[in-house]
Amino acid sequence: MRGTPTVATPEGRTDLRSWARTHGMTPVLWMVVPGVVFMLVFFIYPLLYGVSLSFQGKGGPLSAYREFFTDGFRNDNGSRESIWITLELALAASIINVAAALPIAYRMRGLVRGKRVITAIVLVPMTLGTVFIASAMNTFLGPAGWFNRAVLVIGLVDRPVTLVGNFTGVLLSLVINGFPFAFLLMLGYGSGIDPSLEQAAAVLGASPRERFRLIALPLLLPGLTITFCLSFILGFGVFPSATLVGNDAGPTRVISKIAYTEYSNAQYATASATAVIMAVIQLAVIGLVFWGRSRLYRGSTAGGKG
Amino acid sequence: MSSATLPAPPSRTDPAPPRPRSTPRTRRRITLTGALTWAGLWTFIGGLVAAVFVVVLASFSLQLSSGWFPTGLTSRWYQAAWADFGLGNLLVVTLLVAVTVVLVSLLVAVPTAYALSRLQFPGKRLVLLLFLLPLVIPTMSYAVPLATLVYLLWLNDTVAGLILVNLVPCLPFAVLVLIPFVDQIDPRVEDAARVLGASTGQVFRRVLGPLMIPGLLAAGVLTLVRVVGQFELTFLVAGPNSQTLVVALYGSAVQAGQLASQQVDAVAVVYMLTTLILLVISLRFVDPTSVAVRNRRGA
Repeated sequence: MRGTPTVATPEGRTDLRSWARTHGMTPVLWMVVPGVVFMLVFFIYPLLYGVSLSFQGKGGPLSAYREFFTDGFRNDNGSRESIWITLELALAASIINVAAALPIAYRMRGLVRGKRVITAIVLVPMTLGTVFIASAMNTFLGPAGWFNRAVLVIGLVDRPVTLVGNFTGVLLSLVINGFPFAFLLMLGYGSGIDPSLEQAAAVLGASPRERFRLIALPLLLPGLTITFCLSFILGFGVFPSATLVGNDAGPTRVISKIAYTEYSNAQYATASATAVIMAVIQLAVIGLVFWGRSRLYRGSTAGGKG
Repeated sequence: MSSATLPAPPSRTDPAPPRPRSTPRTRRRITLTGALTWAGLWTFIGGLVAAVFVVVLASFSLQLSSGWFPTGLTSRWYQAAWADFGLGNLLVVTLLVAVTVVLVSLLVAVPTAYALSRLQFPGKRLVLLLFLLPLVIPTMSYAVPLATLVYLLWLNDTVAGLILVNLVPCLPFAVLVLIPFVDQIDPRVEDAARVLGASTGQVFRRVLGPLMIPGLLAAGVLTLVRVVGQFELTFLVAGPNSQTLVVALYGSAVQAGQLASQQVDAVAVVYMLTTLILLVISLRFVDPTSVAVRNRRGA
């Protein structure tokens, strides 16, 4: 650090110190240590422990994985299919979220009356979390809930719509939960684009549609990919909604629920294997999205020359 | 899975059903796409308000009725929930865990974020990756082995255990939120303070601290909201003696068969009020949009 003198050290050490210092390893670096140590002990170590547990199945190193992919878990069958169910849910929810958040955030990027109030209201579900949303959905969208009453009275349908206890229910809960987040992020990205870029396009004769397609959308794409990824992460690991508004014995048996069931039955090898498979799938999807993004325009959203 | 790389195209076509017959520039505020967008937003908000209202109403209703409104109002479900779940105790545990996690996270995250923002050192990318990883891999993936570790440490079913597991995602989150805020502080301000004879402690307390208050508030508020809503980690470690509101709400919703649905709604309302109060307090201090913008550079 700037405060410590180097005078009093023996010759050999000063060399090492000056090398370290030119490489940024000043005593300030010590400030990183507590955080890093905590993360190593309580994040990396459990992670590695989990990976090693996953290879300690009863029938040999790979048996837990083999059981997963052959639906051989004692407490849960359908583990292989759960991958597709979870992916389908999370991908569908993220696509819906991004597709809905983009136009709304785009329209609100400028000064809109009541922007702060709308933002605050839209934020509410994010604060409430999946568990509350699921239990509220049961009350509101259930067969005797207000929603079904309303559509019956209007005459849109002649029998109650089943919105909970199935795939639709879980998808809906993921959208309700994830949309605010996507909206907030997209609003941030949208506000970060210099309005003068679009004004310039307008002066040159671009219609609103062209301005959106040719100016705003390419600039929003990097933000879009991040929003998509975070939305996917939000949806991929969640299991309360799959249990509460879905049917986790069948159509919405998500992979995290399987990890939990195995864990709660003290099947640590298979639980860890499921957890590892989850992580690999999620990282693979995110990797794919970012790989796709790397082939698109990356640049400044600021206006001006240069 | 190449479809995963194509999130954008659907959104490109989304707001644009067939081209509006004519788009004269003077009337562009009432386009079809605009109407759809706003209608969508207001449907979402309307549904949300209605759902919250229905839950509150149900939690006060005497018995399940076949009509729109309950036949009578009562507060006995709250009394029942208070007795069955020990709501008072739940609130204390929830707030205790949340506040401790926020304070410890900030205390550790501030110096970490400071060093990560100011220094370039070998292995910095690795350290950043270490802090990014918990936010990118599914919670369950590390919750399962972490809960096992907590069990081995004899910390399961204790408030300390809840605090420990919640720190794991919150600390790196706070670091990543804080880094851009430190970036914005001109290093010359610190240099000036040092030239004038300030010690490291004084620089942090008198110079960096006040300048970082917006960042501290943003990180603190976001962490607080995360902890209160954090389900998976807390759920795996919690026991009868250490539950937070979310876990209790899940527990009551799962056994919906045995429990009166109004009582589940009562727990839900208590949970909702807690989070909403926290949200209102936080929105007084933090503009969420500006946090998201800064986040982009941090994450």
